[in-house]
Amino acid sequence: MLADKDRIFTNLYGFQSPGIEAAMKRGDWDGTKGLIGKGRDWIISEMKDSGLRGRGGAGFPTGLKWSFMPKQSDGRPSYLVVNADEGEPGTCKDRDLMRHDPHKLLEGCLIAGFAMNAIAAYIYIRGEFFREAEALERAIEEAYAKGFLGKNACGTGYDFDIYVHRGAGAYICGEETALIESLEGKKGQPRLKPPFPANVGVWGCPTTVNNVESIAVAPTILRRGASWFAGIGRPNNTGTKVFSISGHVNKPCNVEEEMGIPLKELIEKHAGGVRGGWDNLLAVIPGGSSVPVLPKHICDDVLMDFDSLRAVQSGLGTAAVIVMDKSTDIVKAIARLSEFYKHESCGQCTPCREGTGWMWRVMERLVVGEADKSEIDMLLDVTKQIEGHTICALGDAAAWPIQGLMRHFRPEVEARIEAYHARAAE
Amino acid sequence: MTAAAQEAFAWTPENEATAQKHIAKYPAGRQQSAVMPLLDLAQRQNGGHVTQEIIEYIADYLDMAPIKVMEVATFYTMYNHKPIGKHHVQVCGTTPCWLRGAEDVMHACKKHLGIEKGQTTADGMFTLNEVECAGACVNAPVVAIDDDYFEDLTPETVVELLNKLAKGEAVKPGPQGVNRKNSAPEGGPTTLKDFMGEDA
Repeated sequence: MLADKDRIFTNLYGFQSPGIEAAMKRGDWDGTKGLIGKGRDWIISEMKDSGLRGRGGAGFPTGLKWSFMPKQSDGRPSYLVVNADEGEPGTCKDRDLMRHDPHKLLEGCLIAGFAMNAIAAYIYIRGEFFREAEALERAIEEAYAKGFLGKNACGTGYDFDIYVHRGAGAYICGEETALIESLEGKKGQPRLKPPFPANVGVWGCPTTVNNVESIAVAPTILRRGASWFAGIGRPNNTGTKVFSISGHVNKPCNVEEEMGIPLKELIEKHAGGVRGGWDNLLAVIPGGSSVPVLPKHICDDVLMDFDSLRAVQSGLGTAAVIVMDKSTDIVKAIARLSEFYKHESCGQCTPCREGTGWMWRVMERLVVGEADKSEIDMLLDVTKQIEGHTICALGDAAAWPIQGLMRHFRPEVEARIEAYHARAAE
Repeated sequence: MTAAAQEAFAWTPENEATAQKHIAKYPAGRQQSAVMPLLDLAQRQNGGHVTQEIIEYIADYLDMAPIKVMEVATFYTMYNHKPIGKHHVQVCGTTPCWLRGAEDVMHACKKHLGIEKGQTTADGMFTLNEVECAGACVNAPVVAIDDDYFEDLTPETVVELLNKLAKGEAVKPGPQGVNRKNSAPEGGPTTLKDFMGEDA
């Protein structure tokens, strides 16, 4: 188990004040000028050496992403955009970082912004997080008052501003190019890539979009050193991670743990165990709603990191662990996710717009068994026709839960169909 | 009522200043970026929903084609296009909340308020809706009421909340009726016990 001295988010639960004085006592804004004084190349190389992989779900190396930004401006300004549009079902970690430890995010914005030569950061926060946006605004005001932001931020001679932009209830805006469209005042429909945001992002300018947690851990990594962060977890899966444990556990919670912690240990140490005991476990969705579900026998010993979960045909995603005990109607649980994706499809690409609704309607029939067994393969075939055939990953995200269900729980689905037809024949 | 008979929408002086503050966040000439905060501001000024007139007013204010504002106003779910009650009760129904009894919470709301999803009570106090993932899954089931989240709900505690709101009594957001601090485990955290003091 991770020791408290290695935890970054020491005010995760908000026992202490989120205000700047308390934040500074916890170590924020400490020697920021010195870190920036070491220069862009040093910051980016430390971030690369730390092994930090993006905390928003895709796991792309953060330092490498920063290095894609132009070193010299061609006349256009560069921007950092923070993706705080947290909405992947199961995920609620960034909410805590913003309401209880906002100064870590703001200091991270300044440092990351400096490293990529950005003139400003825009924090795009989901509209429903009204109080969290207020908390950010308060923290930004405090940081300006101390001279940490704005002209000559932290006395570095570097000018940097941070703004909060509230969304308005569209999950798709968590996709980085949809988020950029939304920030420009448009419908949040993803853009084709290339051009990538590092070349043409918001307002046609070089832009990097990073998750809240990826940015908020940066100052601590730089202060404590890349090797400290890289020494936690496993190779290629380093550092600490905030996990959200929801569903059928005795004590649902958020907790910062070591990458690669066994799933069982995570649930039993921090979330009070599975309701009714470990043997009452049916399945776990280990990384937010988009990643395929895992049956108990895999959960028994799987490790919680990018590579371990990929090896069992699932993913770490946002590290949102959705636990389901044996009382769960697993078909209904996945059907409800299909409904979610149908609701959130932006409508731009035909396979996703039409496919998410089609899949949901079939899933609803499978919940009661009102289907033919051949429709299972047809449904799987449709998921394959959606996957990889859309501009963004929402189509994939809608396909994977169904693929996971059929991979591990197909007999349950078939039994339901048989039972339905048996009842109908009576 | 014809459009001409309605009182024309215009910012209050306070909201005019807020609108200008929003526009100033974005680079010169990029005032379109302020369309979302301005729609939200106008919706609040108008008591909870936006109208065709507001959409045209904002289009004019930001030098946008009205259809572009209309697209935004209809794409995002947080803009309401018909009047809503004094309190907007939004029950999260996505899987993590569903696993912990969101259906029971929704049923309790329907029964107590005597309305279905998408409806408003006759006295105009409550509008009830189901929403997709509120992003507070470790405190499921969650109901957002106006700008606040109410968490760890049961059919009993949600009805208690609605009763208090109906009487105009104060309610406290966050976990309801359980011994836990925000997203920490019930009964106390398993980590960071040295950081539980009121201040560092």
